[in-house]
Amino acid sequence: MAPSSPPRRRRPGPPGEPRAIAWVYVAPALLVYGAFLLYPLVRSVQISFYDWDGLTLGTWVGFDNYVEVLRDEGLRAAFGHALVLMLFFAVIPLVVGLMLAAILDRAKVHGLGFFRTVVFLPQVVAMVVVAVAWRRIYAPDGTLNSFLQAVGLDGLTRAWLGDYALALPAVGFVGTWFETGLVTVLMLAGMGQIDRGLYEAARLDGAGPVREFFSITLPAVRGEISVALTLTVIAALKTFDLVYVTTKGGPGNQTSVPSYEVYHRAFELGQVGLASAIGVSLTIVIFAISFLITRIVERGEP
Amino acid sequence: MRISRGEQVANYVILGLFAVFALYPILTIVVAAFGHDEGAPGGPANFVTAWDVGHFATYMRTSLLVSLIVVVVATLLSIMSGYALGAMRFRGSTVLFYLFLLGIMMPAEAIVVPLYFDLRSVGLTDTIWAVVLPQVAQSVAFGTFWLRTYFRSSSRTIVEAARLDGASTWRILWQVLVPLARPAITTLIVLSFMWTWNEFLIPLVMITDEGLRTAPLGLAFFQGQYTQGFTLLAAGAVLVALPVVIAYLFLQRHFIAGMLEGAVRE
Repeated sequence: MAPSSPPRRRRPGPPGEPRAIAWVYVAPALLVYGAFLLYPLVRSVQISFYDWDGLTLGTWVGFDNYVEVLRDEGLRAAFGHALVLMLFFAVIPLVVGLMLAAILDRAKVHGLGFFRTVVFLPQVVAMVVVAVAWRRIYAPDGTLNSFLQAVGLDGLTRAWLGDYALALPAVGFVGTWFETGLVTVLMLAGMGQIDRGLYEAARLDGAGPVREFFSITLPAVRGEISVALTLTVIAALKTFDLVYVTTKGGPGNQTSVPSYEVYHRAFELGQVGLASAIGVSLTIVIFAISFLITRIVERGEP
Repeated sequence: MRISRGEQVANYVILGLFAVFALYPILTIVVAAFGHDEGAPGGPANFVTAWDVGHFATYMRTSLLVSLIVVVVATLLSIMSGYALGAMRFRGSTVLFYLFLLGIMMPAEAIVVPLYFDLRSVGLTDTIWAVVLPQVAQSVAFGTFWLRTYFRSSSRTIVEAARLDGASTWRILWQVLVPLARPAITTLIVLSFMWTWNEFLIPLVMITDEGLRTAPLGLAFFQGQYTQGFTLLAAGAVLVALPVVIAYLFLQRHFIAGMLEGAVRE
């Protein structure tokens, strides 16, 4: 199915000349993409303006569902939980990753390749598998409690994922585990490109490791920090599998997050219009945050 | 840079500790998978039991089929659209580019609700296509972006030389550019394979028929239903994780580069 027959004569102009044939090449991709991504997005916006249970006829309610997203206690809490998760998925991994990479970058360490392979591994394991592993660790008779008992901290043992105050940090910590390796690998790559001469010059000026870090290393990896934050913040906002498998939003709704609420409201409570509004809001938040991160971190301006 | 022996030792300690931290939860599962409890014979036989009793054979087969279709179709479509957007100049190309870019960052949560109801009304839910087609669209968004970047940076002189030899755009793509783009295409293949294999929300919403569950979906339900111990669940988890982990061990450069460079930077 060759879209163009070989030209009999040489066409004039540079290879980049305007060509209608390009549309033939884009068409199949655009068709699938349009039908299964763009169209559903438009439909999502449309449905978000209706009160609809998914069965009977919906009624037009304008922006009511969006007002509900802002007003509903449970939904406000879900967005608040997402903020907490950002701390665990993005901020802590960034701080730890920066420190680890800075320490490792100072010295020629053998086995860095192996280290990279190992710490990046969590990224490729299915989140459902990760969730099964951590459920085991957090279980009442799980490894974390056994460890605490072994070191004499019996008082701290609990059902971690069933604890009202600690379930959300426990879920968040899985994110810290999941993302720190990614951030470290990213920072190591960025720091590897810094001109060594800068450090030598700073040493001659009497700068210590801490000064070096803040005046040379940190500004040099701005681009990597921006990428790391974008990846991890989006991951935090899209946390669904982890919550679904570990806590289903519980106890109470202590660990419910927006992406879980989309599923829960649409397919378990039959609040399809509201679920769509949550999904659209989540998308807007994701776009706004990644736009802001790029602007602030990379260009240093609000 | 000269550093003290003490700092050198400290570095290895930090490396070691962090590597253990990263591996520990995964090792928990692997070790448990070889254990012994009621319903699990112990040792490698656990995997056979999970494969048969836990229906993981079916789940893995479905996942393999879904991944295969998504990867093949998405890669072919992305090569063509990436070629058009990267190597040709035409009216509307900028708009198209941003349109595809939109799809990279869009969460599945934004589309899964209308997708379910619309696909149900045309009778496609509870078929493999309800899982395949949305994921083709997602992978095409990334693939178009990824290969456009590659084709833009590929040598203009080679393309021009081929054109002067009278090669059609189709032949230039498949006989000149694609062989050169092998590394970029490999990265695209491994990433879309990983994303498709590991996807959870789309199959969860689209599939109710137990016979069509994908591997992660099967594992999640197995966890809910099988409560007689952890061993078979762990064995199932290892089976689910294994294909992508094996691919990662052989092609880790592609995984790492793709996931870090694929982040939208525009």
